[in-house]
This record gives sequence, C-alpha cells and structure tokens, in this order.
Amino acid sequence: MKTKPAKLVEADFAPPAPTYPTKIVEVKLGATKNEGGTRGKSIVIGGETVPAFYGFGGPAPHPPVIALDVFDMKVSLPRAVKMHVKEVLEDPAAWAKLAVEKFEADLVTIHLVSTDPLIKDTSPKEAVKTIEQVAQAVKVPLIIGGCGDPKKDMDVFEAIAEAFAGERFLISSITRDMDVERCGRFIKRFGHVALSFTPMNMNLARDLNRRLYEFLPREDIVMDLTTAALGYGLDYAFSNMERARLAALAGDLELAHPMSSGTTNAWAAREAWMEMAPEWEPRELRGPLWELTTALALLLTGVDLFMMMHPAAVKALKDVIEQMAHGQPDEVDKIANWVCAKI
Amino acid sequence: MVRKELSPIDVYRFLPKTNCGQCGEQNCLAFATKVVTSEARLEKCAPLLTKEHERARRQLEKMLRPAVKEVVVGVGLHAVKIGGKFVMYRHEFTYTNPTAIAIDVTDEMPEGELVDRLKKVEGFNFEFIGHPLKLDMIAVRSITNEPEKFQATAKKVVENTNLPIILCSFNPQVIKAGLAVAAKSKPLLYAATKDNWKEMAELALRHRCPLGVFAPNDLKLLRSLAETVLEYGIEDLVLDPGTFSAEGLAGTLSNFTTIRRSACKSGDEFFGFPLMGVPMIAWTQKNGVHEDVARWKEAYLAALLIVRFADIIVMHNINGWALLPLVILRQNIYTDPRKPMAVQAGLKAFGKPDDNSPVMFTTNFALTYYTVASDLESAKINAYLIVVDTGGIAVDSSVAGRRLTAEKVANALKASGIENMVKHRRLIIPGKAARLALEIEELSGWQVLVGPKDSSGIPKLLQEKWLTQA
Repeated sequence: MKTKPAKLVEADFAPPAPTYPTKIVEVKLGATKNEGGTRGKSIVIGGETVPAFYGFGGPAPHPPVIALDVFDMKVSLPRAVKMHVKEVLEDPAAWAKLAVEKFEADLVTIHLVSTDPLIKDTSPKEAVKTIEQVAQAVKVPLIIGGCGDPKKDMDVFEAIAEAFAGERFLISSITRDMDVERCGRFIKRFGHVALSFTPMNMNLARDLNRRLYEFLPREDIVMDLTTAALGYGLDYAFSNMERARLAALAGDLELAHPMSSGTTNAWAAREAWMEMAPEWEPRELRGPLWELTTALALLLTGVDLFMMMHPAAVKALKDVIEQMAHGQPDEVDKIANWVCAKI
Repeated sequence: MVRKELSPIDVYRFLPKTNCGQCGEQNCLAFATKVVTSEARLEKCAPLLTKEHERARRQLEKMLRPAVKEVVVGVGLHAVKIGGKFVMYRHEFTYTNPTAIAIDVTDEMPEGELVDRLKKVEGFNFEFIGHPLKLDMIAVRSITNEPEKFQATAKKVVENTNLPIILCSFNPQVIKAGLAVAAKSKPLLYAATKDNWKEMAELALRHRCPLGVFAPNDLKLLRSLAETVLEYGIEDLVLDPGTFSAEGLAGTLSNFTTIRRSACKSGDEFFGFPLMGVPMIAWTQKNGVHEDVARWKEAYLAALLIVRFADIIVMHNINGWALLPLVILRQNIYTDPRKPMAVQAGLKAFGKPDDNSPVMFTTNFALTYYTVASDLESAKINAYLIVVDTGGIAVDSSVAGRRLTAEKVANALKASGIENMVKHRRLIIPGKAARLALEIEELSGWQVLVGPKDSSGIPKLLQEKWLTQA
C-alpha cells in the first residue's frame, strides 16, 4: 500500500532541446529594382531549423506566406469563391489587384490555363502579354502557373522567363516529364526560381531535385510534394510532407527545400462546394473552412508557401500565422476558469 | 517507440504455442503477427488469461504498452477509449483511438434546451466512405458553482444519453454532487489543480474514475500534479496544459507537442497520458462578434489540436458546417498509413450491365474509386467501370503527374476484355482527364465522351448524352 502524498510532489521538468543538423534552404521570391527586378518587395521563405511550431526552436525565421490564384480566362469556380471575384473573372490584371489590395495576398499565381492546346492554345507571346499586364497591376512577387501540358508549358515558361529576366518569378511547375535540362538552364539564365513538382512520393522528389541541381543552385528551388483535399487523400499528403520535412532537418539535403502547397486542391472535395442536406449548410461557410482546414493540417507539417483561393480561408490562415509568431501565452487568468464561462 | 521495433517472434515467445485457434487465427505465430501490428488485441488469447500464463501475460503487456496510456471513459457500448498512442508521428506506425469530441452542456441550461442538445449530439452522423463519423462525449460544466444545480443537470444528462461524460468543475463539492448521480457511468473528473488536487484525487480514487489534471501553461506544475496524483493511487489521468487562442496559440501547440514528445521519444512516465484541448475557449473571447465567427475560430483551433496530439477536445458548437471538416480531418489523421491507398485495378461491373451498357473509367485511388462506386450504386446504374492503375493517385493529380496517360487508358481498355462484352465503342472519361480525350480516341479507336468533373454528375450525363447519342 502506497502512502498518499500530503503535499504536492515537486517534479522537475526540463523541456527537450533536440538539435537538428540541417537548415532548410532560404529561397528568395521576387526581386526589387535593387535586386534586378521590378517588384515592390521580395519575399524569403524557408530557413527553418526545427519542425514547424515546436516551441523550443523559437518562431520560424520566415513565417509562411500565401499566394492567391488568378486565372487568365474565365474558368468554372465553386460558388462560394465566385461570389468574391465575379467582377474580375475575365481580367487577370484586375483580379490580381483585387487579390493583393482587398484580400492581402503576399504573392499572386497566374494560371495560364488558356495556353492549353486543348483549350485556347494561346501563344507564348500572348502569355507574356498577360503577365506584363499583371506585373504592371501589382507589385508583389509572381508565380507563373502553366496549363499542365509539359511541352507547351516549357515554351510558355521560357518566353516569360526571358521577357521578365531578373524578376525571380516562381515557375510553377517543373515536372519529371519535362526537359529538365532546358528548364533548369532558362530559369538559371534569366534569374527565376523553379517549383519542383512530384506526385506524392519522396523518392521522386529527391530525384527531380537532383536533376535540377545540375543547372540550378539549391537557393533557386522550391518543392511541391502534391496537396490532396481534406477527405480525399489529405492523410497521404500530410504524412508525405511531414516525413519529408523531418528527413530534411535530419540531414537529407535533397529534401531541404521550402515546401509549397496547392491548397486550392481542397475544392476538389465535393463536400467543399456541393449543396448538402440542411444540417450541413450553408456551403458558403463550409467551403472556405474546408480549404482552411486543409491548409492548417499542412501548416503543421512545415509548408512555407500556400496557393489558395477563398478570401475567408486566406484571412483566417493569415491570422493563425500571425498568432503563431507570438511566444508563450501571457495571461493564464484568461482561461483559468474556462469551465464557468458563460457563452 | 519500443513497440514499433517489436517482431512477431518477440511476442510469440510468450504465447502458449498451443495453436488452439480460439483467437480466430490459424496459429500462435499468426496471432503474434497481428498483435505486433495492433490488428489483434492480447485479450483475444483465452489461454493467456488463465493463471498458468499470468507471468507471460504480464510480460507481454509490458512489452506492448503504448507510450501514451489508454484511458477509458464511460461504460459499456458507449465507452470511449482515448490515448493509447504508440508513436508521435502517424507515419511511424499508426495512431490509435481518434480524438474524442465532447460537446458542452451547462447547469444553467433550461431542461428543454439541454435535452434537445443531447439529442442533437447523439444524432450527429456523417457517413463517409462507409465510416459513420460521430460525436463522442458530453462535457457537463458547472457555471453556477452550486452542487445541487450541478447534480440536477448531471442527473438529466445521465437519464437522457448513454454518451460518456466529463464532469467539469474546479470545486470538489460540485464534482462530488455530480458523482452522486453519475458515478456509475464512470465519468472523467475534470479537473485536479494545484489548489484542489487532494480532494479531487480522493473522489477519483473512491469512485474509480479517470482524473483530469489542469495546469494552464505550466508544464512543470502539470508534471508535478501528475506525479502527485499517481502517487496518490490514481492510475488513469488526462492532462490539460491549457488551450489559449489568439496570442497564446503558439504556446498552446508548443505545450501539446512538448508533452507528447516527452512521452513518445523520452518515455516520460508522468507525461505518458492522453491530452485534452478546449477549442471552446474561442467562444469566451468573442466580445459580441457574430456567432458564426466564434464557430469558425473554434473549428480552426480544433483542427490544429486534432493534428497536434489532442486525445479529447471540448467544443461548444454543434452546427454541421463547422463540425463536418473536423470529423473528416480526424478520420484522415487516424487512418492507418500502412494501408495502401489503392484498390485493385481492372474491370468492375455495376448493377446488371449488358452489351449496350455504358463503359467508363476511373483511377485506382481508393477514395476516387469508392466515391464513383457509391454514386453508381446509389443511382442504380448498370455500367462497366474500368479501374486504371495510377499507383493510387486521384484523377487530377495523376493527369498532372503523368501517371494517367492515354496510353495507360488504352492498354487498360484492351486488357479488360470489354471489347467482347459490349457492342458499342464509346468510353466515358472523367471530366478531370478531359485533356486526354483526343489521344485516347487515337490510341484505342474508341469514341470518347467527356464525363463530369465530379462523379455525382454521372446519372445526369447518362440521361442527357448516353441515350441520345447512342
């Protein structure tokens, strides 16, 4: 029989302070006039030395940033998103302006959907014109999104890289079936950044990065390990990113790049956009929360750059990122008596 | 941590080796293999429960003990198990016991409202690819701090629901009053603090209930309290390091992470217990903002806590739009990462297809396949579905990643033998694979009809296009 303690047993506790040997490479997106471009400011991502939001490592050197999606032609959008951008659907420059000025995007992604040979087959020259308009309209760093056709994307990316030399645009994206040498060379020559995209497989990510190293310094590569929607494979995306970041910090240099997430993919889940039975409505609130929840799970794996769509999800993620930059909670009194709180 | 390094042989050594088959397995080695992967529980081995094998059983229990103790709240069918985690990261093994979601009621709620709320919590259900997603517990909060009122509320809760209960008050007299009517349902007592721990520990001991320990943003105190009540003789604890929103968010996640890390990576015995988070905090700082804003903030706080190690969360909102993403997130985080995300590729028949029935394809990503399958089944469609091997990747991602190509589709079509089963040569392809349409036509010789981007649109497509263009 134990003797019951009569007073508090003072236990000691020293918080863990594990050290990780590797630092995630810092990548600069966008270039100001002084840096050889025309952007109002450049943004550095990466630089972490511990897993995301492990208090003992202190706040990350560069908080995660958010890019909003802009399309170069009218595309079908979920209703909850469309209601916020319906005035600008056919004007990428105005759309970009709205994204930056009203929705406070840190960067803008222009998806050159119209260049798709199966859609409008817009020429690289016209794509350059579109980017020109957007670059004039906003001063944030830009992300250049292709149409998904590997051959066409290379032609379009090369034309844009050359026309905007020195801007450090993020070229989204370089895939394994492209001519990696050609892409690596024009990205290097014209001073941009590669987004290395692989389909949810760490070995393929290492492999593609290794191929890019022949032409690009590590500081010019961000990686996209594929984002699946909440409910539709987020578990795989989550663990793939968590593993990659832990491996990177433990010394795997080929994965020690900032991570980007195409969080907009959250809208692929039908529960994000579809009208459902009344107890799950309104979808105008459910949809953005779907995108936000997808983003938050990945934020905790260490994602540095989010590409997103819904203004409310963006606003909330910005709030969370801002709050996460603070240190320890100061006012214990605020919650000490939560049990009695009147709501 | 030790657990995932165990081999089946390590377990087999201590089993009776009689191959009696009472556990449902062929032999003891097969059983050992399942025990190591957590697919089978030790209790299924009947001989092991006898006196003769007591020492072996104790040895096995020690070997198989998770880094975070499993704690049971409630009794019978509705009891919830929390904790029982073997690892810090889900990819290291798998997470056991999904985060239990508790909804609060208070001793100030009028009876009608209380009963109605309990009904709604019990009735919450979302069928997600064959899994019912539900809410798990009721947190009874004493706002009045009056034992009689709390007792009356606890009584009504026990009478109206079988869901496990958390009795919440920092006043031991209030908890005592609640236990007088609810002790039988083995509630979680919340919470022991630096001021009341002795009385609370006494109550927990007397009624054999698990005990919550609360020390907001003070890990040293939390650990001291845990050690103290363990010394006192309590065996089942739940730890609450405090949930702070806004400026306290980083500290909150850091505390949860530190505790779980200490348990899983350093084998800290005082921190090896389930964690409780309180997203409900979001409502206490709402300062007159719209209720939907509080719901939204509570939901995202809950999402962060579900990912970062909370084993129970207490919430206030019961609106479906805000809870749905959370129960799905919980489902995602707690799926077994060792299970492949792919289903078998090949030809599947739905309903009773004949030689005029539609032919369509999808990928072998399990979720894609089950979504399409359930849409076809619920619309009672007779059709052939060709499942193309994309390495378990969804349609849009596999098109982008070139795992789904026209060549693959044409080959799968050929290999399926479908050409001998239907008279027509028309293939419905997923809307998200539209870019492959022309090439598929060229390679396969089949005419392509581009389907909807979401398989829920298949019935409409068939009605409008399949019949009219046949």
